[in-house]
Amino acid sequence: MRTDRESMEYDVVVVGAGPAGLTAAIRLKQRAAEAGREINVCLIEKGSEVGAHILSGAVIEPRVLNELLPQWREMGAPLLTEAKEDRLLLLTETGERKLPTPPQMHNEGNYIVSLGKVCRWLGEQAEALGVEIYPGFAAAEVLYDEDGSVKGVATGDMGIGKDGSQTGNYQPGMELHAKQTIFAEGCRGSLSKELFKKFNLRDGVDPQTYGIGIKELWEVPPEKHQPGLIIHTVGWPLPTDTYGGSFLYHLEDNMVAVGFVVGLDYKNPWLSPYEEFQRYKTHPAIRKHLEGGRRISYGARALSEGGFQSLPKLTFPGGLLVGDTAGFLNVPKIKGTHMAMQSAMVAADAVFDLLSVDSSSEKPQNEATAYPERLKKTWLWKELHSVRNIRPAFKWGLWGGMAYGAIDTFLFRGRAPWTMRHHNDHDQLLDKNKAPRIHYPKPDGVLTFDRLSSVFLSSTNHEENQRCHLQLKSPEVAMTVNFARYGSPETRYCPAGVYEIVGEEAGAPKLQINAQNCLHCKTCDIKDPTQNINWVVPEGGGGPNYSTM
Amino acid sequence: MKVLVPVKRVVDYNVKVRVKADETDVDLANVKMSMNPFDEIAVEEAVRLKEKGIVSEVVAVSCGPAACQDTLRSAMAMGADRGILVESDGELQPLAVAKLLKAVCEKEGPSLLICGKQAIDDDSNQTGQMLAALMDWPQATFASKVELAADKVTVTREIDGGLETLAMALPAVVTTDLRLNEPRYATLPNIMKAKKKPLDTIAADTLGVDIAPRLKTIKVSEPPKRAGGVKVADVADLLNKLRNEAKVI
Repeated sequence: MRTDRESMEYDVVVVGAGPAGLTAAIRLKQRAAEAGREINVCLIEKGSEVGAHILSGAVIEPRVLNELLPQWREMGAPLLTEAKEDRLLLLTETGERKLPTPPQMHNEGNYIVSLGKVCRWLGEQAEALGVEIYPGFAAAEVLYDEDGSVKGVATGDMGIGKDGSQTGNYQPGMELHAKQTIFAEGCRGSLSKELFKKFNLRDGVDPQTYGIGIKELWEVPPEKHQPGLIIHTVGWPLPTDTYGGSFLYHLEDNMVAVGFVVGLDYKNPWLSPYEEFQRYKTHPAIRKHLEGGRRISYGARALSEGGFQSLPKLTFPGGLLVGDTAGFLNVPKIKGTHMAMQSAMVAADAVFDLLSVDSSSEKPQNEATAYPERLKKTWLWKELHSVRNIRPAFKWGLWGGMAYGAIDTFLFRGRAPWTMRHHNDHDQLLDKNKAPRIHYPKPDGVLTFDRLSSVFLSSTNHEENQRCHLQLKSPEVAMTVNFARYGSPETRYCPAGVYEIVGEEAGAPKLQINAQNCLHCKTCDIKDPTQNINWVVPEGGGGPNYSTM
Repeated sequence: MKVLVPVKRVVDYNVKVRVKADETDVDLANVKMSMNPFDEIAVEEAVRLKEKGIVSEVVAVSCGPAACQDTLRSAMAMGADRGILVESDGELQPLAVAKLLKAVCEKEGPSLLICGKQAIDDDSNQTGQMLAALMDWPQATFASKVELAADKVTVTREIDGGLETLAMALPAVVTTDLRLNEPRYATLPNIMKAKKKPLDTIAADTLGVDIAPRLKTIKVSEPPKRAGGVKVADVADLLNKLRNEAKVI
């Protein structure tokens, strides 16, 4: 117990200002207003402002937004570009072939958006409803009551130097106590990870499997701009045994979002998702969209791909999980926002009902069990269940996965009598000597770039004098296992060049961690072969400053 | 004793600014904005003077659109007692801001005004000086140390040759340099408290001041890209390149 921290009491504390956290906060305030009750809701966000850490494609289904804020058009929501044309391409090194678009990938009625902009807008709506939003404060610690239930979170201390001592600017964190705490941290939340263990939330479910998405935003010449055009690709440059693909969306204002997703169950430690993305942009079918334009922004984020069979238990005494930290993402649809928002809607309703129960009753309930019960009755559950076998079928490679996907979708219609299992991403890597080395071309500085000039465009920054937020459980393992056995894969999968092996020429290689570059994508926390890297939150306000990703 | 601290809302120092495609300005749409870092130093100095018991009230003032309220709240979270927004949606150049601040000074009657030496967006470094001239107050720019007494302020400033120390009668204008102090973090409890501090809004056009821009921006363009370096074989080659290619010797 620390006594140096101030505390505040709220009805509900929400961790994370993404689509899920903001939806939950808005819904709670709406329910309270309808019922004529006061309910105070506090939302904290580690990014320097709402939207600063949001990165997504994104084509979104507006169905939950229609329900949450039916007047969103009149209210000026930044859903500006309707999806017009869907193309799915199979790329070979120089060729392209149009594939039939599977039903999940049809986008009629959907919108191409910057999810960062959408979250900023949702943040304004939430504040207008009276939600207290505090960006720049990271939830660093879960607080427990004496009975073991969650009683809130504490923000991180500020002003602790590299060596762990307090600097002149030291400020202790603050405790935020709540009757219910909603964890909406996004994929691989650092507190969710602790909650999984503490409450055994993952017992009896498959491990979560992930992907890393790397994205760039380009401003293209007006004559090349085709607002509403959606292109997805599979195939080149990835080998067929590696799950992944690309997206290219034409948004408003001559903007084109282009990105690449690689399943983190990839086996070859020499593979670099970043370099695959750079190489992909040189394909004739892609470069023609970007040539003559300029790259404006860059970023990366992990996403949950495990789907139905990887969903953890969603509630525990004092709190619950919503959105992608729970794993609500439909992989064949390549969409998670609608599910994140739906889970948050149902969770907020359950929390509100729970808080409305007469608290004088003998045994006050503090677990919102109605949330999973009700969620199972909504379209979300059915949707996630019906596509559950498609992602794992890609263990048979691109062709096997696509063939199975077609059979599962058209023949079984998602009702196959089996469920395929997932494995941990981190134990999939082959030894470096057993996997073919990959030689990536040098960047040209026009279409393809090196990591550091990319990271520059993410506007990422961390206060320099602070403890490294990428903690190694054992510093030796970085050399004895990661380097010796796998060739330090973290130097390749990290999209920000955080991990570097230095001193190799001098015969004394060692791992250097440039934590200041970190984009908070969480890939290292997921993919490190021995789970030696632990991602914890740095000082609030640190990390990327995305404007419209 | 009352101290007035003008604070400007500028594009955040972490943001990589980008010129608009039509070269009329930098693109500020959806870009993170925050308090000018030099102004944070000014707020910090004023709050420290208050903590020392020399100053009784710190008033933050910002000129610009309604969004500047966020900047004022940041100043109040750091310790300013209240905020004044002089609201104006048009372009405000340093002279206009100095005139608006003059009107606020006449109303508030502060003994000292501490502001940033310049803003990181236009880097003008003019407002403090112009205000001192308009008010006919003494000024000390680029302060690296401020010592305040009941009737005078002693300021150490950084100049090319070293340090210069000035003593001025009050009221006076001081503009801050980087080395003056290291601004504190606004803590969450203080941010919460700042929401309840008074913030007054004055419409700029009610102050009877001509704020029309005097300068016209013709074009904004990115700096030329740096060409990559080359390795030279020897000194002769270097001299040859400097003389014939770079034409600098």
